[in-house]
Amino acid sequence: MSTTDTTDVEAYDALPTEPDQTGGYHPTEVLYVKIAIILALITAAEISTYLVDWGPAHLPALMVMMVVKFALVIGFFMHLRFDNRIFTWVFIAGLALAVAVYIVMITTFRYWQNL
Amino acid sequence: MTDTAVTAPTEPPAGGHATSTGLSNEKLGMWVFLSSECLLFGALISTYLLLHDRSVEGPTPKDVYDIPFTSVSSFVLLMSSLTMVLAVSALTRGDMRRNRLWLLTTALLGTIFIGGQVYEFTSFVREGLGFTTNIFGSAFYTLTGFHGVHVTVGILMLLSLVGLSLRGNLSQERAETVEIIGLYWHFVDVIWIVIFTVVYLAA
Repeated sequence: MSTTDTTDVEAYDALPTEPDQTGGYHPTEVLYVKIAIILALITAAEISTYLVDWGPAHLPALMVMMVVKFALVIGFFMHLRFDNRIFTWVFIAGLALAVAVYIVMITTFRYWQNL
Repeated sequence: MTDTAVTAPTEPPAGGHATSTGLSNEKLGMWVFLSSECLLFGALISTYLLLHDRSVEGPTPKDVYDIPFTSVSSFVLLMSSLTMVLAVSALTRGDMRRNRLWLLTTALLGTIFIGGQVYEFTSFVREGLGFTTNIFGSAFYTLTGFHGVHVTVGILMLLSLVGLSLRGNLSQERAETVEIIGLYWHFVDVIWIVIFTVVYLAA
């Protein structure tokens, strides 16, 4: 390990995020636990849509909660919020392509008319 | 040559190779792979959406789904993402013992999830829903089966990391290796977040 690495590790507790081997920064373990608690609470809210009638808000609420959970995991657990932007663009490119292609596909098969 | 490598603006990550982008090729490769996996699972999910309610005869999703049971499985997989990041965090600090503990915990949670999936598949078959029973069955088993295979591959990679660690071949300098496998594991988790909502809850 280099001297710089040692200094970085010693500064771990003083930083909101910690340095990794590639020079990027990772959240602290406390932040990870907070994110996990938020994810658990959102999951509980999702499950409540099965137990309680949410009325017309059922489907939109589920979609919003799904997107929030997705964003929290890729942003914090997969470090996209802290890593180089290239990784974000590479992943979002594939995700956006997939969403676009398959929305067109299910639209072609008149999926929305059956909802 | 050595001097050039040391002073180059694209100095590699510790233990890595110099790259033209200054980024780890392995990590970039994993992100490209995960990006392509979005297309794979996008195809499977959209196919399920198109076919799940077009069966001529049952069982239908409402006949077989056990939402409380699947909710517990989903929660277990979600929490395995927490243990995975804690494993990476422990290795970054050089805490090998906790790293192994969290890796094993993640593998255990993944195994519980797979056990739940096997139980779910078995109970569906008992209720009369086989792979070729109707078009819903084919779409459901293909989608969730592919995801299950991904989780199983993840568990094998996690156990390989534990093996490497026990043999002394996994050190703080190789934290990026664990992080890259962690990326795969979290991706499997986010795909399940989508499947759980779209396939189980929205239905």
